[in-house]
Amino acid sequence: MSASFRLTDSTLRDGSHAIAHQFTTEQVRRVVAGLDAAGIPVIEVAHGDGLGGSSFNYGFSHTNETGLLQVAVETARYAKIAVLMLPGIGVKDDLRQAADLGARVARIATHCTEADISEQHIALAKDLGMEAVGFLMMSHMIEPEELLEQARLMESYGADAVYTVDSAGAMTIDGARRRVALLKANLSCQVGIHAHNNLSLAVANSLAALEEGVDQIDGCTTGLGAGAGNCPTEILVAACERSGWETGIDPIAMIEVADTAVRPIRPEQGVIDGDGLLLGYAGVYGSFLLHSKRAAERYGVPTRDILLELGERRVVGGQEDMIIDVAMELQRRAASKMVGS
Amino acid sequence: MTLRCAIVGSGNIGTDLLYKLLRSEKLEAALMVGIDPASEGLARAREAGVETVADGVDGLIERAAELDLVLEATSAWVYRINAPLYRRVGLRSIDLTPARLGPLVVPPVNLAEHLDAPDLNLITCGGQATVPIVAAVRSVTEVPYAEIVSTVASVSAGPGTRQNIDEFTHTTSASLVEVGGADFGKAIMVLNPAEPPILMRNTVFCALGDGYDRDEVADAITRMVAAVASYVPGYRLKAPPVFDEDLFRTPGGDVKARVVTLLEVEGAADYLPAYAGNLDIMTASAIRVAEAMVR
Repeated sequence: MSASFRLTDSTLRDGSHAIAHQFTTEQVRRVVAGLDAAGIPVIEVAHGDGLGGSSFNYGFSHTNETGLLQVAVETARYAKIAVLMLPGIGVKDDLRQAADLGARVARIATHCTEADISEQHIALAKDLGMEAVGFLMMSHMIEPEELLEQARLMESYGADAVYTVDSAGAMTIDGARRRVALLKANLSCQVGIHAHNNLSLAVANSLAALEEGVDQIDGCTTGLGAGAGNCPTEILVAACERSGWETGIDPIAMIEVADTAVRPIRPEQGVIDGDGLLLGYAGVYGSFLLHSKRAAERYGVPTRDILLELGERRVVGGQEDMIIDVAMELQRRAASKMVGS
Repeated sequence: MTLRCAIVGSGNIGTDLLYKLLRSEKLEAALMVGIDPASEGLARAREAGVETVADGVDGLIERAAELDLVLEATSAWVYRINAPLYRRVGLRSIDLTPARLGPLVVPPVNLAEHLDAPDLNLITCGGQATVPIVAAVRSVTEVPYAEIVSTVASVSAGPGTRQNIDEFTHTTSASLVEVGGADFGKAIMVLNPAEPPILMRNTVFCALGDGYDRDEVADAITRMVAAVASYVPGYRLKAPPVFDEDLFRTPGGDVKARVVTLLEVEGAADYLPAYAGNLDIMTASAIRVAEAMVR
């Protein structure tokens, strides 16, 4: 039987956030081989912040992403390799290079209100013969109707699919359902969901999206990803099979990949600690977590206060530089309080 | 003497330029050129007693003898058509589009070198805001790699910027190296839709070579911020420069330290709202360059 939806495993892209962008070619080879053999149709590989993300602001990659992509393309026998790019961070040349290396799916990501900066990149992906996917990040911040307007823009630029992306892991089941249902009812292109697990709802949101007819779902094996992690691919596959949704993926092989290839990279993955939960509760971009922990240590202020202040300021994905700004301001406030007392 | 200036483009930037020209003692707003007779910019110019042309640059070319300088506030592709026309009639121009035909100019860094060029390009708002800091650090130590993050309010980024975000990142990255003096450069642009709109923010990361002197670097940055603030009053440091020591594996090689400069730019609100520091720094830089041409 054919699968009820298409699964994209983003362990080697979103998972990059969880390990400060330190993936090695050997890890990529093992993970791609395992996922490919289990039947995963699309595997995303890039810096966590997409092509060109290696930087002071987001963290420098251990291994150049062209090296990682090359290994992924060589290793995959059935799966297509996907890349992510954020206009403003990556440039068109990065996309051309990825296409040359053999990437076949280009996922173009913008903040949920800024779809119009993706026009030239979606068009380029199509020119390069790639599948183009629009990726609307932080979708929880706007109402479904507004999200639809932005999704329509991406569709009009030529996107083959548009995703509602819960970058902050802040979406409730009802929120995920309403967004997917509205997009499905009004778009002729495919619709996808990318869930994070900060409120422990990633699998539930993905299953709710399936009930609303979602065409594509993202997972990360063991949940390896930004914030408290993503929708764990092996759990999603098992839960789908038991709920009667065909995945086309071997659940036992998936469990094996999770245990042997991905779990060793970050054994503690899957624990939703207070800070991870807070991201979902405050609606803060998931990849801010490690940067905030580091800034908390460097400037001697609590991670929690940094995250809450970031939520207050309504910063968006890409503004990692504001973490330093917030931490220093909290440090100054604390110092003036001490002088005052 | 004063320079007789023509503004080409009657949109937001052109209109902001108009008010800055009207305030300048060294510059005269002689003409504003638009393509839409009903545009608000042209109406405001007429109201201020400035002559206007509503059917493009032909009218300007006819009057070339009465003009000294063009301030171009159209778009890159329009400027590529207009620039040769200006040259033919001997008019100089300051280009606020990202067309990059003339040398890239940042007033406190390299204006003196290019003051005689017929065509000067002002890079991008992000370039005007961050290149001075890179150049300041470079004046006292090696900068193997410089990276900037420029965040602007969504409402202050027009359709031109949005459709050409790649050109913005390319041009700004190039200016960190060509004008700022870094060995490698990377520019990142972020749009933030928060309401009320945020002020323009810029963060400049400079990798530091061995043997830098903290005080020297911090002094150079502080002095440069004052130099920019002399013509962009809302340009300021959010905090003293931050020095971080760690191993950073940058494209310019491994370094052991970086300095991070957090900047904010509040606009003068001549025509555009105060949050649009990104637009103000462009028009203020253009006026600075034009005034320097008056000798």
